[in-house]
Amino acid sequence: MKKLMLGNAAVARGLYEAGCRFVSSYPGTPSTEITEEAVGYDGIYAEWAPNEKVAMEAAIGASIAGARSFCAMKHVGMNVAADPMFTASYTGVNAGMLIAVADDPGMHSSQNEQDSRHYAIAAKLPMLEPSDSAECLAFVKEGYAISEQFDAPVILRTCTRVAHAQSAVELGERADIPLKDYVKNAPKFVAAPANAVKRHVVVEERMRALAQFAETTSLNREEMGDTEVGFVTSGTCYLYVREVFPNASVFKLGLVNPLPVDSLRAFAGKVKKLIVVEELDGVIEAHLRAHGIRVDGGKDLFGLLGELSQGKLRAAMGVPQPESAPYDEMVPARPPVMCPGCPHRGLFAVLSKLKLTVMGDIGCYTLGASAPLAAMDTTVCMGASIGMAHGFTKMRPDAAKRTVAIIGDSTFMHSGMTGVVNVAYNKGVSTVIVLDNAITGMTGHQQNPTTGLTLRQEPTVAIRIEDVCRAAGIERVRVVDPQDMRAVEAALREELAVDAPSVIIARRPCMLLKYVKPNPPLAVDAAKCVGCKSCLRIGCPAISFRDGKASVDETICVGCGLCEQMCKFGAFQKKEA
Amino acid sequence: MKTTSIMIVGVGGQGTLLASKLLGNVLLRQGFDVKLSEVHGMSQRGGSVVTYVRFGDKVYSPVVDLGEADYILSFELLESARWIAHLKKGGHLVTNTHKTPPMPVITGAAQYPEDIVEKLRARADVVALDALPLAEQAGSARAVNVVLIGVLSKLMPLDESVWREAIAETVPKKFLEANLRAFALGRDAAGA
Repeated sequence: MKKLMLGNAAVARGLYEAGCRFVSSYPGTPSTEITEEAVGYDGIYAEWAPNEKVAMEAAIGASIAGARSFCAMKHVGMNVAADPMFTASYTGVNAGMLIAVADDPGMHSSQNEQDSRHYAIAAKLPMLEPSDSAECLAFVKEGYAISEQFDAPVILRTCTRVAHAQSAVELGERADIPLKDYVKNAPKFVAAPANAVKRHVVVEERMRALAQFAETTSLNREEMGDTEVGFVTSGTCYLYVREVFPNASVFKLGLVNPLPVDSLRAFAGKVKKLIVVEELDGVIEAHLRAHGIRVDGGKDLFGLLGELSQGKLRAAMGVPQPESAPYDEMVPARPPVMCPGCPHRGLFAVLSKLKLTVMGDIGCYTLGASAPLAAMDTTVCMGASIGMAHGFTKMRPDAAKRTVAIIGDSTFMHSGMTGVVNVAYNKGVSTVIVLDNAITGMTGHQQNPTTGLTLRQEPTVAIRIEDVCRAAGIERVRVVDPQDMRAVEAALREELAVDAPSVIIARRPCMLLKYVKPNPPLAVDAAKCVGCKSCLRIGCPAISFRDGKASVDETICVGCGLCEQMCKFGAFQKKEA
Repeated sequence: MKTTSIMIVGVGGQGTLLASKLLGNVLLRQGFDVKLSEVHGMSQRGGSVVTYVRFGDKVYSPVVDLGEADYILSFELLESARWIAHLKKGGHLVTNTHKTPPMPVITGAAQYPEDIVEKLRARADVVALDALPLAEQAGSARAVNVVLIGVLSKLMPLDESVWREAIAETVPKKFLEANLRAFALGRDAAGA
């Protein structure tokens, strides 16, 4: 039976059908649903790791134990996991191991748009790139076969338009893949210099063998048509090419590392013009040029930025565009905002009021950088806030009393706590605020080591952030309710004033959690509202300004009462429940 | 059959993903090749969201570009203005007239444009309605998305029963009655 499936769900289905037994991941858009779906299948043990590096290491361990294993991450997560991955390339596997990486061209939900194909080249690992959900499922199975045949972890690369696109898949049965024997093999699995020197030889031999395999595998295919132009492409770009040029000759790559150079050279010889269509960097194009294969168009046509589409392809290739009648007035942007009742809002309102320098981090609270709160100076990567606040205040001791680091609970567990260790060890004076909303928010509510539940929703130890900080040697650790703006301000003033490192945990669960019940909405007493707009400074989507007065949208207000705290005139009133 | 393209646009949190799931089920059941593309994560937090639905004998691209949409189903008026350039010449726009001011309007940095419906009518075949009262009449304010689907269903060449079956399959049982009423009210509104 055919079923409409999200690319990520199809990857999970592929894991099930391929007999995968072990999944460990850290959430990251657009990769998250793979692991959320995988946990629902019998025979797959799945867990959230505290970060991508641990997830990768767990998957390597499971593979050596003899189980087909898997880990998923977004593109920037691969930076975190790169260390074990590069050496797992040397050790190889026991049972097959698959690594999914989801790129985000166009940065729908990311801080950069790095191209993860460079990792496959640098780590000398095979990389597969599916175009749609059916290929997601098929390539997972193929990936395990390649992993075991060539003794290497295999990378499956998707992007937003594959991971978060739905298309039809045909479901199959789960393969019965027994646990392989584990036999100690130190020369293979102990990557000490004497062993690794020999393993590097194996890695290079493997890449030569894979390059041969690339020439014959059905993952790559030549579709001959009109020979005026021939396209070399992969992934979603293949779909855009076929959309615009249904009759053109196309070389579709499913295995994007290593490339089938001989087959591509032969294809180039059959067409008058060779065009390479790829999103982000010119990886395929550079490879072809390096091998002396004539390329008539590539990055010069399509550029290095953002997603491609059929429209961009038409524009670059000089194909007429369909007629379009745009709206002829400025349409105001609609940027994402913190939800009504978000526990982060009160804290950011105070940071904004005190005009502090804020080293930010990755999560829903990154939205605190937007107007009108605009209370963030930097955002770099997961966990960066604390290390950066330390470096900043070491070089500007005068600024320490006006500088904070801000980080969420899940991000703290991911890579924030090593930053705290650094602050304590190196005698820093940073003030760190941990926004503990009891869940991993932005990626859609995943459990983490502080929440007391596993991915399988089983109760487990809940790591207390305050205990971690105290154990690291931070003496000043306190907890505040971020909804109580006066208490937040008092705590901040106190901790910023002292010449010692401190951690303030702003603790209140995410408003979207099922167990958090909204309060009755507030209403504006028009007689008391003087139109000062103080309430608009908290950036609440439920408050707007009409005819000189504030107004509350009762349909979305959850009665958090921050506006009441902002108003000096008592214009906001709680309705009786 | 040539590929038909639909866009569902709105504000993060309005239930656009359920609408696309419902559409996907309807179309797959009719034996079409179907592709849906949605965006999760950051933009869902009250931002402008768009879902693409494409169907036909063989669908390649999962996205809909400028001038390509046969139908746009919009949950919010400003979003209709934002995405109208994606509508094909001769395409249909079904828009809710509900207004959700975006943050730049709330803070006073921008104005919510006036007379959007009239300006859209100059560009496209438009069905504009306030879906909330109809949803409430059907028994659930949350059924706005199904009211709008009801309007769309009247414009598309598919049998009514297929839509009703897909609703029954997609919507939780205890909300089914209200949603079927919402669907019927949407269909009536389209004919009016």
